[in-house]
Amino acid sequence: MEMNLENITPFEEEEIKRNVLTTNLERIKAWARSNSIWPLTFGLACCAIEMMGTGASHYDLDRFGVMFRASPRQSDLMIVAGTVTKKMAPLLRRLYDQMPEPKWVIAMGSCATAGGPYVKSYAVVKGVDQVVPVDVYIPGCPPNPAALIYGIHKLQEKIRYEARTGKKVTSE
Amino acid sequence: MSGQEKEFEKKSTEGKELEQEEKKQTESRSERFPNVPSSSEQSTAEEHKPETRLSIANQESSSNSTDQQQTSINPKKETTPPSGELKQENKEVLPKGPQAAITGKGKPSATPRPRPAAKPVKEEKPLPPSPEQPTLDRYVQLIREQVHEEAVEQGFVNRVNNHLPTLIIQSKWWLAVAELFKKHPDLAFDYVQNYSGVDYETHMEVVIHLYSFTHEKRVCFRIKTDREEARVPSVVHLWHAANWNEREIYDLLGIHFENHPDLKRILLPDHWVGHPLRKDYVPLDKEV
Repeated sequence: MEMNLENITPFEEEEIKRNVLTTNLERIKAWARSNSIWPLTFGLACCAIEMMGTGASHYDLDRFGVMFRASPRQSDLMIVAGTVTKKMAPLLRRLYDQMPEPKWVIAMGSCATAGGPYVKSYAVVKGVDQVVPVDVYIPGCPPNPAALIYGIHKLQEKIRYEARTGKKVTSE
Repeated sequence: MSGQEKEFEKKSTEGKELEQEEKKQTESRSERFPNVPSSSEQSTAEEHKPETRLSIANQESSSNSTDQQQTSINPKKETTPPSGELKQENKEVLPKGPQAAITGKGKPSATPRPRPAAKPVKEEKPLPPSPEQPTLDRYVQLIREQVHEEAVEQGFVNRVNNHLPTLIIQSKWWLAVAELFKKHPDLAFDYVQNYSGVDYETHMEVVIHLYSFTHEKRVCFRIKTDREEARVPSVVHLWHAANWNEREIYDLLGIHFENHPDLKRILLPDHWVGHPLRKDYVPLDKEV
């Protein structure tokens, strides 16, 4: 394709500066992915109520491109909202494995992050990070919708940062 | 609001009059109640009296004005404060007043607090017989007649639980008793209200609460069993609702129900080791 840049008028040059954006593919992908994170509905306890409230019209997660999917095959994100019991943990892992790459996990609430008030229970997994890798932890019991939205924004930030710098965001 | 403020101003002007009234009362109080132990009379020396009284009167007048502000909603109180009330207040205020500081004496020397007299030992009255006692007696009678003389280990009325007739049944007679209570037309207990197990460390116990819709009666059975070899006959064939409860009791306490159609874990995963509600259960991971 011939650009023939010598013959462009100053007006055209101005237009190109205003309308043409240069970037790389990774960043385009990250931009697209971060703005259409489809989470798997994974409500396990009272955190799910807050998650549903966040998804509903008042807080409206749709405006961030976050739309709940009822199938792991169509999801990018797993919001683990609630207490994970030892009986549920293998199923959680299976659903995570069924999600296509790239995929992310948000541990919502103190139960999913560290066992929460059930940390001494015989039946509760002490943090979902023992089962699947977690990207964002949201504290709270339960976290309010604003906190969940903040967590999702943090995840978007992470996706874009990783694409921009090529570095992984990890806790280590 | 403005009306109230006006009233309050009125009160403050009345306050001066009250102050004088107060003085009179404080002076007359000692005459009127020579026996009432007030700290000022006992602790203060004579020469201090006038000075302290003045200060007390001032304090009281201020406190009274605020009092009236609070109670001004009530028209009866506001017009003429009854002298009795004022005296009451005097008594209350006096010990806190400055005279204690002047004399330098603390509370203990002022008035020894009257000790509450030792309570007379109450004689325990025998409780009136429970209204459910005849029902219980009838149940026991029926079991003895129709099942076995020794089937009932113990029978009592649980007064705390709304006079619930409670029967402790020997394990080997339990199935026959259950059948009787389900099928006998005078009993016809057709509903399982509650079904659970208990670990008493010395033994295990299964507790079942039954209800009869036809006779509107309740009954509780407790069946003791050995701790290590915990076995109780299943009653699923009589009450189908007992199915999951028996599975739960098995899951959490390890009590085996004989002839249960599908005795497996219900809450915990199938590969679980141990029964967590037993008192000697030790979890695999104590804490993280």
